[in-house]
Amino acid sequence: MSSIKKEFLKGLWDELPPFRVVLGLCPTLAVTSTAENGFGMGVAVLFVLTLSNAIISAMRKIIPAKVRIACFIVIAASLVVAVELLMQAYTYSLYQKLGIFVPLIVVNCIILGRAEAFASKNPVLPSIADGLGMGLGFTLSLTILGALREGLGSGTVFGVPVVWETFRPAHFLVMAPGAFVCLGVILAGMNALNRHLSRRKGEPAAEPQNAACASCASCNLCITAKREE
Amino acid sequence: MEYFMLFISAIFINNIVLVQYLGTCPFMGTSKSTDVAFGMGAAVIFVMLMATAFTWPLQRYVLTPFGIGYLQTIVFILVIASLVQFVEMFLKKAVPPLHASLGLFLPLITTNCAVMGVAIMVQRNQYSFVKAMAFSLASGIGFLIALIIVSAIRERLDLSPVPVVFRGIPVALVTAGVMSLVFLAFQGMAA
Repeated sequence: MSSIKKEFLKGLWDELPPFRVVLGLCPTLAVTSTAENGFGMGVAVLFVLTLSNAIISAMRKIIPAKVRIACFIVIAASLVVAVELLMQAYTYSLYQKLGIFVPLIVVNCIILGRAEAFASKNPVLPSIADGLGMGLGFTLSLTILGALREGLGSGTVFGVPVVWETFRPAHFLVMAPGAFVCLGVILAGMNALNRHLSRRKGEPAAEPQNAACASCASCNLCITAKREE
Repeated sequence: MEYFMLFISAIFINNIVLVQYLGTCPFMGTSKSTDVAFGMGAAVIFVMLMATAFTWPLQRYVLTPFGIGYLQTIVFILVIASLVQFVEMFLKKAVPPLHASLGLFLPLITTNCAVMGVAIMVQRNQYSFVKAMAFSLASGIGFLIALIIVSAIRERLDLSPVPVVFRGIPVALVTAGVMSLVFLAFQGMAA
């Protein structure tokens, strides 16, 4: 039981995507112009990730190693189609706002990355815990980033005004450049926090994370697939 | 004139990485040196063209007539993934020098949302086949240009005294943000 709890909790802090493990940048940047969009995208990813982890882990013994990536992609794509149809039926306005990024969940590194790094090697329950934790972490991060950008960029959070009257919103933050700068500053903040925490523990300061590609598990698997040949 | 505007729009005004945020993961991963950036950009242009060339007829002659448009996502990703695999095998056999320079980047492209994104955008905008191909080419060029500019800046950043917490990804994101601001200035052109 404790190991399941551990798998669940690691997605919420130690391996929090995308702030600690830089995964799935496209939706993170694209849909967080408002807190609501960020939250919606997060929930969609949470749904796909948990179910894909569960299915892949249940089928891990019958999927041949050579075509595993293709199998993972088919499973994830089927779930994404289900999400698309569900969103069209129940939250059509959100579906329209997220636009092209709903079908693009299938190429989100988080899904393939967790499938390859975790679900294909572990039993069903820990895989579900892993998917839930990572998905919740992703949802939280996206909501926070969205709330920050929406609050400072248009003065509202979830559409509710939050700032005083004389506050002049920096509209720049809800546009494309604001997304990049905002995420960059948050990542730097996380690095600073990490260094502070490890210094308090008396450990040597952890190196700031470097290449996105190195931490993107699906890129790693591309490179390992290369070496195997 | 129509195609000229399409090109300008896809390369500058709606640049695929800096304005539409597609393909940011490989963008951050492969923009550390200009050589790598060039290889990746070239591979993306190539695969984007191939992907549109295959997915456009599929959508037009199979998915839409049979009323199974909702299978778009699953069909497109499978086509792109197998296409990338075939292209890699073909290049390895037929054009080894090209494979040596692009081969390393091809597997990375399967999970590049820019390729899939362009294939879907073409369908959502209802482009004709020629227009779709032109749009894919222009988007690819836009990706290449953005990648080369940011990688050139990052090469110089390596030699600059960047604050420790900003080293690596954070400063690259801020750089991309500044470049994105520059590209935002082109928006006035889309009158």
